[in-house]
Amino acid sequence: MKVFVKFDFNAVCAKILSEKLDELDVKYKILGFGEVEFLEKLSSQKYDTFVQSLDNYHIEIVENQKSILVQKIKDTIVDMVFNEDANINVKTSAYLADALGHSYGYLSNLFSEVTYTSIENFIILQKIEYTKQLIIEGNLSLTEIAFKLNYSSVAHLSTQFKNTTGITPSAFQRIIAKRRAIQKK
Amino acid sequence: MNQDYINIALADDDEDDRLFFTDAFDELKIQTRVTTYNDGVYLMDYLNSEDALLPNVLFLDLNMPRKTGMECLKEIKANPKFNDIAIAIYSTSASEEDIENTFIQGANIYIKKPDSFKKLKKALAEVVTINWQYHTSGLNKDNFLLRL
Repeated sequence: MKVFVKFDFNAVCAKILSEKLDELDVKYKILGFGEVEFLEKLSSQKYDTFVQSLDNYHIEIVENQKSILVQKIKDTIVDMVFNEDANINVKTSAYLADALGHSYGYLSNLFSEVTYTSIENFIILQKIEYTKQLIIEGNLSLTEIAFKLNYSSVAHLSTQFKNTTGITPSAFQRIIAKRRAIQKK
Repeated sequence: MNQDYINIALADDDEDDRLFFTDAFDELKIQTRVTTYNDGVYLMDYLNSEDALLPNVLFLDLNMPRKTGMECLKEIKANPKFNDIAIAIYSTSASEEDIENTFIQGANIYIKKPDSFKKLKKALAEVVTINWQYHTSGLNKDNFLLRL
């Protein structure tokens, strides 16, 4: 028997984080966006234990201010793409600027500098990744996926998918299905 | 990320192709370290050696003597040790059948060898940039398919 599981990465990570923090036995507050505030002084020994315990999950402490802000931009984008209730009537640039308290120009330059890609491309990549996931789950038609992700038409989604990956959504679906069939053997 | 550069490997029996390939990376913004192998046997010997430093992205020519790119691909995909390597097929063939077959066998990327150095640089830059996003943003590598 095979089942598909869906992850809520934010929830998973928050759970791991709070578990590991509890083990440390210090007072802390999780501020969201992967930010943790320690309410008392942390011994360097405890800090090292903390770093190591997170390392098992490939979670690392970001020390650089620029990386922190870039991570916040990414989290906000992922939240916008995956969360249907997010306000879709607001322009992305305005939404990001508002959520993070910096001008969009600043955020956009910083993002390109650190990630080698633009915010616009990153959003497209996230939407296409989400599309792939929905195609594989197989509960929605491409038309329904296009609607869910706020594309003006299924043609627009198909074109963007092809431009981003070099293959069509149906070729993607076919390849993944055949790959699975081979792995089963 | 403990490393701020990407490890790239290429297996190709054509010396000129190896040279162009290495040169193309020199001018990219993302820091890379490129290693090349003269054919599939050399490549697999290295990857299977105990202290091998595994590449982040591995480019495979399809037509190589002794061991073809397809044979390498199958061996790599059969060994869980190599799960983290993104595999790019780098071939002169543009046959739809070849392309789809390599994807089905587990390749992530298919690049038809471009006919100019400029296009080669552009294609490799695209591969490395997108791979970087998968690498740094926790995207699902199983769904990573790219054709250039």
